[in-house]
Amino acid sequence: MGPVVAFNEMRKPDGTVRAGYDQIARWLEAAPPDVLASRKAEAELFFRRIGITFNVYGDAQGTERLIPFDIIPRVLAANEWDLLARGLEQRVNALNAFIGDVYNSREIIRAGVVPEDLVLRNPAFQPEMTRVEPPGGIYVHIAGIDVVRVDAETFYVLEDNARTPSGVSYMLENREAMMRLLPELFGQLRIAPIDNYPDNLLKTLRSVAPRAASGDPNVVLLTPGPFNSAYYEHSFLADKMGVELVEGRDLFVRENIVYMRTTQGPQRVDVIYRRVDDEFLDPMAFNPSSVLGVPGLLSAYKAGNVTISNAIGTGVCDDKAIYSYMPEIVKFYGGSEPILKNVPTWRCRETDSLKHVLANLDELVVKEVNGSGGYGMLVGPHASKEELSEFGAKLKARPDNFIAQPTLALSTVPCYVDGGIAPRHVDLRPYVLSGADRVRIVPGGLTRVALKNGSLVVNSSQGGGTKDTWVVDA
Amino acid sequence: MLSRMADNLFWLSRYMERAENLARILDVAQRLSALPSAYAGASNEWESAIATAACAESFFNTYQDATRENVIAFIVSDDANPTSIRACLETARSNARAVRTAITGEMWEIVNGAWNDMQPVKLATMSPGQLASFLQSVKETSLRFDGAAYRTMLRTDHFWFQRLGTFVERADNIARLLDVKYHVLLPEWEPVGGGLDYFQWSSILRSVSALTSYHWVYRENIRPWLVADFLILRPEQPRSLISCYASLNDFLDRLAEAYGRQGKAQRLARATYARLQNSETETIFQSGLHEFLTEFIAENNGLAAAVSEQYLS
Repeated sequence: MGPVVAFNEMRKPDGTVRAGYDQIARWLEAAPPDVLASRKAEAELFFRRIGITFNVYGDAQGTERLIPFDIIPRVLAANEWDLLARGLEQRVNALNAFIGDVYNSREIIRAGVVPEDLVLRNPAFQPEMTRVEPPGGIYVHIAGIDVVRVDAETFYVLEDNARTPSGVSYMLENREAMMRLLPELFGQLRIAPIDNYPDNLLKTLRSVAPRAASGDPNVVLLTPGPFNSAYYEHSFLADKMGVELVEGRDLFVRENIVYMRTTQGPQRVDVIYRRVDDEFLDPMAFNPSSVLGVPGLLSAYKAGNVTISNAIGTGVCDDKAIYSYMPEIVKFYGGSEPILKNVPTWRCRETDSLKHVLANLDELVVKEVNGSGGYGMLVGPHASKEELSEFGAKLKARPDNFIAQPTLALSTVPCYVDGGIAPRHVDLRPYVLSGADRVRIVPGGLTRVALKNGSLVVNSSQGGGTKDTWVVDA
Repeated sequence: MLSRMADNLFWLSRYMERAENLARILDVAQRLSALPSAYAGASNEWESAIATAACAESFFNTYQDATRENVIAFIVSDDANPTSIRACLETARSNARAVRTAITGEMWEIVNGAWNDMQPVKLATMSPGQLASFLQSVKETSLRFDGAAYRTMLRTDHFWFQRLGTFVERADNIARLLDVKYHVLLPEWEPVGGGLDYFQWSSILRSVSALTSYHWVYRENIRPWLVADFLILRPEQPRSLISCYASLNDFLDRLAEAYGRQGKAQRLARATYARLQNSETETIFQSGLHEFLTEFIAENNGLAAAVSEQYLS
C-alpha cells in the first residue's frame, strides 16, 4: 500500500479521541476482552436465529450465509451528517432531473455537457421510456449513494446506485442488534433513530401512486423469489411496510391494469416496488424467457395505470462513465456547486486518460463502467505483475468499458477482529427516498467494512462486513 | 391475501404437524419394540411404523427389511424419503421463508431454529438416548410453533389458512394411525380385547398424548372400542376426528363470512362433520372400522383439494 495514511475516524494522529467517539472509546477501554467476544457471539446467534442471510452466487456450499457483523459502532457527528444529507439530497435531485431529461428533450446532451453516445449506447438505457411521464416526475424513488471519507472535511461519492440498491435491511437489523447488545451506550448517547425508514419508504411509494389510484393505493413489493440473494431484505421490507410480497406469478395484467391473485379473486395493484431488474420485468417487452416478470406490465405502466419503482431505465446513472460527469450534471440542473465531491476519475475512452491510466496502473483502481458488487475491478497497488499486465490488455482491448480512479485511503474505524481491536477501512451507503412530496433520508446508512487487513473492498460478496452507524450530537 | 401465500401457510402447518406425527410414530415403535414379545405380540413394530407413516412403498424401494436401523434412518432423514422428518422441517422452512411476511417473527424463529438445529444432526452416531431427545425436540418444535401461531397471529385469513393445514393433516394422521393399528391389533387368531393387545392399544393413545386423558374420560380399562370412540367421536379429545372437523368447519365458516361467500370446501366439511356427529362406535365397528377410515381419509383428501381449488390457486 502507498505511503498515504488513512484517516482514522476515532483517533487523531496524536492519539486523542475525536468528538462523538468519547463514550465508545471509554467503553472499549473499560470492557474486558471476553465481553467483546461474547457480545460478538451473541450478535451472530441473533442474526442466525432471525435468518438474516444472503446468498452468494456461484457458491456451491450452503446457499445461505451470514454477513459478518462488527459490534463496534461507527460514529458520525450530527454536523457532519447534516452536510452530507444536504449533499445527498442535491445529488439525488440531480439524478432525477437527469433521467427525466435523457428520456425527454435531452437538453444536457444538446448543451454538450454529457456526450450523446454515453447515454444512448448505454446498456441500461431503455428507449421504451422515451416520453413516459412518471407521477411527480420522479424516477429514482430509492437511491443508495456510496460515500467514502478521506479526511476530516472530505467525503467523496464513490458510486450512485439508482437501480435497486440493497442493504437497507442490514442497516435496520444492525441497529436492532446493537440496541440489544449494548443498551448501556444507548443510554449515554443521543443516537438519531432510523427505525422510521420503512414508514418513510411507504410514504414515498404512496406519494407516487398513479393519479387514477384511490386514496388508499395498493403498494406491493415484487421479488424474484426466495432464491434471490436479497430475498431476506425483500420479505423484511414488505413486512415492515405491511404490504404484500409478490412474485411475478402472483400478478397479471388485464386491459392494461395490473392485478394480484388473492384468495378473494383479483385485486388491483397501484404501485410496484420492484426488486427485479429491468430486463426481467416484462417478458413481452424485454427478456422473453423471463419467468420472474409480468407479461404486459410495461404497457400498463406506459398507460399510467401503475407506478414502477424505481422507474425502468434508471440504471443509466449507475454507469461509472456517467458518474464521472456528475459534478457537471448537478450544476446543470441545480445551478449551484455540488456539495459532495466526486472521486477524480479518468475515462479510459479518452485517449489521453487511457495513456495515463496504462502508465500508472499499479497505483490506480480500475472499474468496469457497468460493474457492481466489487466484481471485475482491479486494485492496482494490491495486484501482482501478471494481474496488472492481464488487466492492461483488457483495458487496451475495450477502453470504453473502464474508468480509473486514484487508490483512495478510505477512512478507518476500530473493528473487533481476530480477538482484538484494529482499524479497518469503511464506506457508507445512505439511502435517499424521493417522493412526489419531498425527499426523506434517515440519519446514517449502512457502513460496510473491509474486514481483511489492508483490504479496500467492502462488498459482502468479497468478504466485507457491516456495522451500525450512529449519528450523534457531538 | 395472495393465493400463493395462503397455499404456503396451509402447507407450512401441514409439514410441521407431519414432522411431529412422524416423531410420535418412531417414539411409540421404539417403546413397543423394547417389550418382550409375550407382551407386545409377534408383530413387527417397525413395519407398522412405516405403514403408519404412509411411506411403505418408497421404503421398500430402498430397503429390504424393516429393521429398527432402517426404519429410523428412513423416517428421520433418508434422501429417498420426501417426507422424512428432515424433509418436512426443510419444506416447512422454505414455505415459511416464502411467506415471511405472513407469519409472525416468533413463528419464523421456531421454524428456522428447528432447521438450523437439524443441520448438524448425524443419525449414524445417535445413541437411543439421543434419538429420544431428538424426537422430543421435534415434538416440542411443533408444539411451540402451534403455540406461537395461536398466540401471535392476527385473527385474519392468514391464521385461518394456517389452522386449516394443521387440522387437515392431523385428521389424516389420526385416521391412518387407527387404520394401521386396526390390522395389527385384530389378527384372526387372537380374541379381540385379549391381554396381548393392551400395550398395543395403550401405545396408540400414548402416541397422541392421550393415554392419561383416556382414563379421565372413561374411567375404565383400555378397550379397543373405546379407544376408537375416543379418537374418532369424542369432542373432548382435541385430536379426535370430530374435533378436527369442528375446527375445520369453524375456520372455513370464518373465511366464508370474511369473504362474503362460501363454496365446495364449506359444503364438504359440513357434510363430514355431520356424519361424524351422527355416528356411533357400535355401528362403525359393525360396518367395518377399516372401511369407515378409508372413506374418511378419502373425504379428508377431497376437502384439502377443494380448499386448494377454491382459495389457493
